[in-house]
Amino acid sequence: MKLIYEKSQSGRTAYTLPRYELETPELPEALRRSEPPRLPELAEPELVRHFTELSTRNFGIDTGFYPLGSCTMKYNPRVNERLANLPGFRDLHPLQEEEGAQGALELMWRLQEALVEVSGLHACSLQPAAGSQGELTGLLLMRAYFTERGEHEQRRKIVIPDSAHGTNPASVTMAGYELTPVKTDARGNIDVEDLRAKVDEHTAGLMITNPSTLGLFDEHVEEIARIFHSVGALMYYDGANLNAVCGISRPGDMGFDIIHINLHKTFSQPHGGGGPGGGPIVVRDTLEPFLPVPQIVRDGDTFRLDFDRPKSIGKVRGFTGPFGVFIRSYAFIRMWGPQLKRMSEIAVLNANYLLARLRDAYDLPFDRLCMHEFVVSARSLKREHGAGALDVAKRLMDYGFHPPTVYFPLIVPEALMIEPTETEPKEVLDEFCDALLAIAREAADSPELLKDAPHDRPVRRLDEVRAAKRAIVRYGFEDHPDLGAEPVEPRQLEAQKGA
Amino acid sequence: MTPFVSLTERDEREMLDAIGVSSVDELFRDVPEGVRFRRELALEPALSEPEVVAHLEQLAARNVRDEVSFLGAGIYDHYVPAVVDAVLQRGEFLTAYTPYQPELSQGVLQAIFEYQTAICELTGMDVSNASGYDGTTVAADACYVAKHVTGRSIVVVTEATNPQVRQVVKTFAPGFGLEVVEVPHRDGVTDPDELAEAARDAACVIFQQPNFFGNLEAAPELAAAASEAGALAVAHVDPLSLGVLEAPGSYGCALAIGEGQGAGNHQSFGGPHYGFLAARSEFIRRMPGRIVGETVDAAGERGYVLTLQTREQHIRREKATSNITTNQTLLALGGLVYLSWLGPQGLRELGETCLGLAHHAKTRLQEAGLEPTFSGQTTGKEFAVRVGRNAADVVRDARAQGVHPGYPLGRDYPGLDDSLLVALTEKRTPADIDRLVEVLAS
Amino acid sequence: MAAEESYPDELKYHREHDWARIDGDEAVLGITWFAQDSLGELVHFEPPTDGQQIQRGASYGEVESVKAVSDVIAPLSGEVLEVNRKAVDEPETVNADPYSEGWLIRIRLSEPAEADELLDAGAYRAFLAEQ
Repeated sequence: MKLIYEKSQSGRTAYTLPRYELETPELPEALRRSEPPRLPELAEPELVRHFTELSTRNFGIDTGFYPLGSCTMKYNPRVNERLANLPGFRDLHPLQEEEGAQGALELMWRLQEALVEVSGLHACSLQPAAGSQGELTGLLLMRAYFTERGEHEQRRKIVIPDSAHGTNPASVTMAGYELTPVKTDARGNIDVEDLRAKVDEHTAGLMITNPSTLGLFDEHVEEIARIFHSVGALMYYDGANLNAVCGISRPGDMGFDIIHINLHKTFSQPHGGGGPGGGPIVVRDTLEPFLPVPQIVRDGDTFRLDFDRPKSIGKVRGFTGPFGVFIRSYAFIRMWGPQLKRMSEIAVLNANYLLARLRDAYDLPFDRLCMHEFVVSARSLKREHGAGALDVAKRLMDYGFHPPTVYFPLIVPEALMIEPTETEPKEVLDEFCDALLAIAREAADSPELLKDAPHDRPVRRLDEVRAAKRAIVRYGFEDHPDLGAEPVEPRQLEAQKGA
Repeated sequence: MTPFVSLTERDEREMLDAIGVSSVDELFRDVPEGVRFRRELALEPALSEPEVVAHLEQLAARNVRDEVSFLGAGIYDHYVPAVVDAVLQRGEFLTAYTPYQPELSQGVLQAIFEYQTAICELTGMDVSNASGYDGTTVAADACYVAKHVTGRSIVVVTEATNPQVRQVVKTFAPGFGLEVVEVPHRDGVTDPDELAEAARDAACVIFQQPNFFGNLEAAPELAAAASEAGALAVAHVDPLSLGVLEAPGSYGCALAIGEGQGAGNHQSFGGPHYGFLAARSEFIRRMPGRIVGETVDAAGERGYVLTLQTREQHIRREKATSNITTNQTLLALGGLVYLSWLGPQGLRELGETCLGLAHHAKTRLQEAGLEPTFSGQTTGKEFAVRVGRNAADVVRDARAQGVHPGYPLGRDYPGLDDSLLVALTEKRTPADIDRLVEVLAS
Repeated sequence: MAAEESYPDELKYHREHDWARIDGDEAVLGITWFAQDSLGELVHFEPPTDGQQIQRGASYGEVESVKAVSDVIAPLSGEVLEVNRKAVDEPETVNADPYSEGWLIRIRLSEPAEADELLDAGAYRAFLAEQ
């Protein structure tokens, strides 16, 4: 398919703008644009066709089953889109006076209250833009907390299990902390003995996901909390897997002090092919003074922004956070109401059902009931037939499914991490299992079917080595001097680039 | 139960049987009794779809509408064309995750490649990432890049840079091991000599063009002052100014960053929007976040993949160039659709229209006796004006007459309590400007 | 394009999967067949600078494939005399020929006695077998 720049013809326009017959002031020569940017030039019909065609080359939850482990790809209610686009929300300037933004402030306050209840903690900031920014914010709260207690210089270490998302160690470094890895035991829990040996008065905190990235609830979470709290360290809960435990077990009750919540996972903000997300944090009362500014507070029937917070870590993002995300998540929570627990129950039921049907065909690194997701391994398929997790994933596309997460967590070789969420019907779960069972048979009978997959997508397997070596990361206008004069076929373009 | 799940009682029974447990509760047997939550969540009662719509419509109605607004200060009321909303509501884009499986994600991957190209064209840079969270966080990202490129531990930010950008940089700097130094403005602009002095030993210098006051900085001189000191010059720019103002890449900047909202996103009370971050090619391996690259498939056809992923957290973990995973792809896609709608001609015309309106408003206010805060400065679509008394009071009085006259600068700049920052977009008309003059001059 | 597994007898080996070809007070360093095979096709080698002092057991550079990145650990201490530009420009050379064309750097030894602590090919093979 052509790039939009290859469809561009000089002189075509899609825009219309008001013209006011006003004098345009002269800009100083040195500051004036010298060469116009080569933006696309198309009329509106071709513009719409271009992006529509691109959309047909993409797969979303609306297209089909998307069991991408750890990403919680659940259905995104359409009513939320209507609500986020209400003019009273959509057209509101973030610096509008508080008196003119009462509805927005009230919505955010109500969402905070709901997140506080689900977390079992005390105070919320909606500001972080995504889960990983929530992590970094949470770690900065730890810094501020220990700095106030005069312990910051002493406490340099954050403990993270080897099954953790890569964002956790990256955030630790960005917060100026040092990483202490801890092992996973034979049942998939944190190795408590390893942990005990590593936690001391130099430890600032723990950072874990529970259920873990293996989809397993840590059976020793109470003991872990005792270990950390006995040395005065804090506990951070990565809420990436919160969809498993809403109304079942609350992070605050487990002993955690700080949690971030991925609104684009548990609370149905559509992920938009890579974002937006939302990463609110909820904390224990002892950490409340350090939350970002401004805080949204209620005074009787009115709501306001509190900037007067001398101990705050500051701002982590512009304004009060991604408001459009809050609208969708708030509406989602309001439609579930107090029965939100049922959401997690069905997510866990669906995952265990898949696991029960697949357990004989794939290797199971930890033989336990799972929570909202589980990890199987294609290690035997790889060893016996030469077809690994990636091949299974690509072959699933031929059956019409988005593949699970592959090669993560890192501690399971040839990992396939499967998360169905609560919104899939049993028939889809069955079809998916049938497909994975068929693929396991195909791996034995005709492994090339897997290795050549996918077969009916717009592209075949892509050469990632070549992409990394040559790093073509923008359209090369200079390689295509004839553009705009003669339509050029993509094949020829490749040839010109020596492809 | 909501309409978003399909489970019937029969399904549930069959599934429990297949699993080999007798109840859903048994599935949670690994959750220790001591941490089980045994009451119902204290959430408000569930609402039907019509009820939830009515509830949120009531909330939306408590936000102001139909006000003639001159608020800007980083977020702007530019027109968002219908094609943008139409494209972003395509479920294939809206409900996809990050494109980990390229064969199922060519649509969004190609779109990001086109977006990266558009940002490079706007800024005059060689490489752009797939987006950052917003115009503030990309500044912190730039500092992290600069720390690793230069090995230095000071970052310089001009005081005339958006206060929220400065606040976010200050929040993250200690964790990065960086110290922040601010260079004061002189009559609304930055003095290149003063900047050169501060830039010695700095990892980077961040300045805004046009700056927060709307004034045009001597950007090429600021960039030169930074570069000569061995610091990375980072320009924070308004994408919609770049049809009329020079591209940062053309005056020697190492990085160009900015808030994308004005180009294709609704104001939405501050988000979600997209931040952009573009750089010269030599910094590509230090870039934060996702980058899409071109390649070929097994049949030799052109295609796109996430590339240079060894920079990223899922591979490099504690040594990653950033912790970003989720970015703002859908909003950046909105930016691409918008910039494609405008084209080079529209971008220039839009820039000129806003300049013309701002010039007209400034002139009319001056005729009515309201002097610019910084006389003699060339301004863009925004300018600061003295209103003769506390600007916050002026805002209150003007709003009572249906006009929001702008942002009171005293909130961030002590000493400028009598000044308003007035922003003009193509949606404000000369008649709106008449009303502004009327309420401010009264 | 990938080489056959081999561990030449004339080289010395380090448990971090690096080799050294010692010649008087100089040595040429690279990564072993095992290391390049574990990483997959290399797409990038981030080299040290000429004249840089490297320390035995510490990282002196990085090698990357599409999905992995690895520090290159110095088996011996010394000063960098030369970086193999071919490994920088065409990192796949390391996969194709890890012991000659695909060498990484040449150093002047600062602690020649360290060589005594390296493994010979047989001991390295035995070490790999234990992994």
